Amino acid sequence: MTHHHAATGWALFDGTVLVLLGLGATGWAAGLWAARHRGPWPVHRTVLWYAGLLCAGAALVGPLAEAARASFTAHMAGHLLLGMAAPLLLVLAAPVTLALRALPVARARAVSGLLRTAPARAVTHPVVAGALNGGSLWLLYTTGLYGLMHASVLMHAAVHLHVLLAGCVFTAAVAGVDPNPHRGSFPLRAAVLVGFLAAHSALAKHLYGHPPDGVGASDARTGAQLMYYGGDVVDVALIVVLFAQRLAAGRPRDRAARPVA
Amino acid sequence: MADQDRRTLLAGALLGAGIAASVVDLAVFHLILHWHHFYDLSTTGVALASDGLFHAFGWFVTVGSLFLLADIRRRGAMSWRRWSGGLLAGLGAFQLFDGVVLHKVLRIHQIRYDVDLLVYDATWIGTALLALAAGLVLLRRTRRVRPGR
Repeated sequence: MTHHHAATGWALFDGTVLVLLGLGATGWAAGLWAARHRGPWPVHRTVLWYAGLLCAGAALVGPLAEAARASFTAHMAGHLLLGMAAPLLLVLAAPVTLALRALPVARARAVSGLLRTAPARAVTHPVVAGALNGGSLWLLYTTGLYGLMHASVLMHAAVHLHVLLAGCVFTAAVAGVDPNPHRGSFPLRAAVLVGFLAAHSALAKHLYGHPPDGVGASDARTGAQLMYYGGDVVDVALIVVLFAQRLAAGRPRDRAARPVA
Repeated sequence: MADQDRRTLLAGALLGAGIAASVVDLAVFHLILHWHHFYDLSTTGVALASDGLFHAFGWFVTVGSLFLLADIRRRGAMSWRRWSGGLLAGLGAFQLFDGVVLHKVLRIHQIRYDVDLLVYDATWIGTALLALAAGLVLLRRTRRVRPGR
């Protein structure tokens, strides 16, 4: 299947992604600088943030992204990086916590306020986030949306932005470390995660036998298995994080203390 | 501590069942022996959904049981033998359930395709019973255990 790209369109996409990644990188550094008097910032969180940006970048620009326009398998690798690995890394870096530390008080309050509004709370509810994330996947791969994504730079950008955001919102709803006064109960978050993993696995198997239009049979098989096993790896990592947080919170000595953000 | 003992048993049993559901099925039969189909077109939507849930729940239980073990260990002494008994019993019980109910009664999937199943089924169910029996024996023998042992 040959793709006739509007070369300028794709170049614009690449450029925009690089600018956004650059903003993410420098923004974090600026945040670290601004928050330097607020106490030590765990190094691992910075590592996580930059690793997350790298994963997102690899999925959006460069050789893998290029290959993804013709290969379902390469696309799936990119999807795993953008929609699962990057969100896990970025969310665990606790960016909102850093922002609240780095911003002047008034701005920080505004951000906090924004996160408490009804729409924000609704979207970050575990069930909503899970449905959004899982539902989008089913929509993308079982309807003509997949083909549309390849045909139009704008659609491509919109879909990929959605995948990243939906992945981040879902990860944050299930195992986020940023402050969240409306965090769902452990059983709720666990149930949503198990449900999502089940839906992800079922979709991967379905795609094995029923690939999107235009995808060759062997490409479909490899891509579907990558989706299944790769998805497993990230989802199991998420389960580990979920339980690790619970273990830390239930420390016998610190039973009375609140969990640290 | 009766509570600690119950949790030890539970942690073992859950890990056994979880391993049976996720690791054994996945690693041995899918990846190494290629006996289970990853997917075939005759799979119904119900089978697909239940497979997915099984798979997901299996991982959840496996990971969870390990964290439960970590929590038990940090709260005081625990009996590894009791835990092992639970593990064997959980493993055996799940494999028995899988071998009888899922393979034979509900017929969701089989151990291997295009072969005479009798030997495979007999081995699967046989080893499941062995594991279950071994687990129960170990549990019985560690029943009147001194606290802290």
